[in-house]
Amino acid sequence: MSFINLKNVVKVYPDGTQAIFNSSLSIEKGELVVFVGPSGCGKSTLLRMIAGLEDVTDGEIDLDGNRINEIDPSERDIAMVFQNYALYPHMSVYNNIAYGLRSRGIKKLEIEAQVTNVSELLQIGDLLSKKPGQLSGGQRQRVAMGRAIARDPKVFLFDEPLSNLDAKLRVQVRLEIKKLQRKMGTTSIFVTHDQTEAMTLGDRLVVMNKGVMEQVGTPMEIYYHPKTKFVAEFIGTPSMNFITGSIKDKTFKASSFAIPAKYEDKDDVILGVRPEDISITKATTGVKCKVELIEKLGSSTVIYCVDMKENQLCVSTQSRASVEVGDTIHISTNNKALHFFDRETSKALTK
Amino acid sequence: MKKVQFKSKYTQYIFLAPTLIIISIFLYLPIVQTFRDAFTTQDAFGFGRFFAGWDNFKFVLSDPSYLVALKFTFIYIFVITVISCSLGLLLAVQANKVIHGKSAYKTLLIWPYAIAPAVVGVTAQYFFSERFGILYALFNSLWGFDWTANIFDAYIYLFIAGSWKQISANFIFFLAGLQTIQKSVIEASLIDCRSSLRRFWTITFPLLMPTTFFLVIINITYGFFDTFGIIDTTTIGAPSGETKTLVYKAYIDGFRGLDLGAAGAQSIIMMLLVLIITIIQFRYIERRIHYN
Repeated sequence: MSFINLKNVVKVYPDGTQAIFNSSLSIEKGELVVFVGPSGCGKSTLLRMIAGLEDVTDGEIDLDGNRINEIDPSERDIAMVFQNYALYPHMSVYNNIAYGLRSRGIKKLEIEAQVTNVSELLQIGDLLSKKPGQLSGGQRQRVAMGRAIARDPKVFLFDEPLSNLDAKLRVQVRLEIKKLQRKMGTTSIFVTHDQTEAMTLGDRLVVMNKGVMEQVGTPMEIYYHPKTKFVAEFIGTPSMNFITGSIKDKTFKASSFAIPAKYEDKDDVILGVRPEDISITKATTGVKCKVELIEKLGSSTVIYCVDMKENQLCVSTQSRASVEVGDTIHISTNNKALHFFDRETSKALTK
Repeated sequence: MKKVQFKSKYTQYIFLAPTLIIISIFLYLPIVQTFRDAFTTQDAFGFGRFFAGWDNFKFVLSDPSYLVALKFTFIYIFVITVISCSLGLLLAVQANKVIHGKSAYKTLLIWPYAIAPAVVGVTAQYFFSERFGILYALFNSLWGFDWTANIFDAYIYLFIAGSWKQISANFIFFLAGLQTIQKSVIEASLIDCRSSLRRFWTITFPLLMPTTFFLVIINITYGFFDTFGIIDTTTIGAPSGETKTLVYKAYIDGFRGLDLGAAGAQSIIMMLLVLIITIIQFRYIERRIHYN
């Protein structure tokens, strides 16, 4: 049986707005699952329901075989790291870490040993007597982690803990969290709106949109086999290209080109192609486009162009292509890297 | 930002003048007069004024009734501050939890704050009148309550009248203070600690300390100075001068007894007392407070 089980969980706020629609999910012990989605998609709400900070309107949440819907947050044996760290501003770092242990009636000597342990692990030993106000963002983040780790809970819940850090530190802390989670083997749920963070951290991702879990799977499953147009668009930068058309006689026909597609005939279809799956061809066989904008990122070059029928396309190439704005280029794509979606339901077409 | 400049360098004084004139007439001039009164004696008909040195102070401090008023003032301040702060805090914490009709609770609880002390006193009269007072009847049936004869009963009368309005004032500030506490900090404590009482004393209350400190000072100042209207409309010092505060006694001695010298001396002593208390508060208590 799974460690954490969400069964048909629903959240409706008192004012009638529905934040979470019938959502089910199983999380295995030791797994790091990332809830990812745009702001307002319900990912934080779901996390807070697991933490016990929000009531569950309907459905059931199980932890380690027990229903926890009605259990007080402090009795769930979970620890949470908040976006703004939520350190107790009037307490020293030591007391911040020790607070949860003290209120659980743990003996003083044990607390001391535990705090020392944690502070060594996170290298915050020299900060113990300081107050949160005297710490930098990165240090506060560590203390918040320390407070969570000190209790050795069954589950870690992270609510966008990296979004208040600067870009460089964010990457560094991301790696540390991943390492720490591997080392401790504690089941964790991480909420973020940043798809890079999600891809790099998660054993599995839950992509959410408007209160619905669009897709659950490993980062690679989600990247290579998005089940909905939303997932395809949300995961991956630059974003996937979409071109509307129709499928007839195993061929996808758009306004400016046609491509083989082994699907049933269908009128309203959206073709999705990732920018990195498009390449510039020297031959004139590909789709003819006009270059509108170029972004040179060093490791790759992103070319924004428009074809003869005004379809916007984005191409990401590794090569140091000598393309200038205003040039006409020809592009083609690997036929295996195509994604087709039903225009009405936004779901991926099945063969 | 653009700097505004006037052609004449005297223009600024015209703008400052209204405030300065008002402050001078109603604040600085009376202070000067008080010092003059305190160090002089006037003859009974107001014809002469003689320098009296410390005589007025010596007289006041050796007057037993002054020490009675001093004692009562401190008891009054202490009790009013404790009652109104704790009830204000309790109401604020409860009102902060309410989800439905929050603004109705707030409005109703804030109302008494808008009432002038004299009106508070008149209202209290209705409750403590011998003939038709509800509380008078209730307490009287319990232990033979009679504030006109019993000092302790007169204290109760004033404590209730005096703290009623202050509860509202404290309520607003505590409520505002509660709302400045980060929601996520409270949530973190929900996960860390089961007991809501323990959470309150270890997290909420320490984070409210700046508000509490501010309110204690405000309440002490209120207890010192703002009680005149209430006492003058309720006990008038009954049973026999035991419920006079320093301010009330200064007024009675000065304007009823026409002993301006003694009244001036009392005012200056009171000013020194408030000064000392405030210094103590800022030097020793404020240091222990965490400001965000």
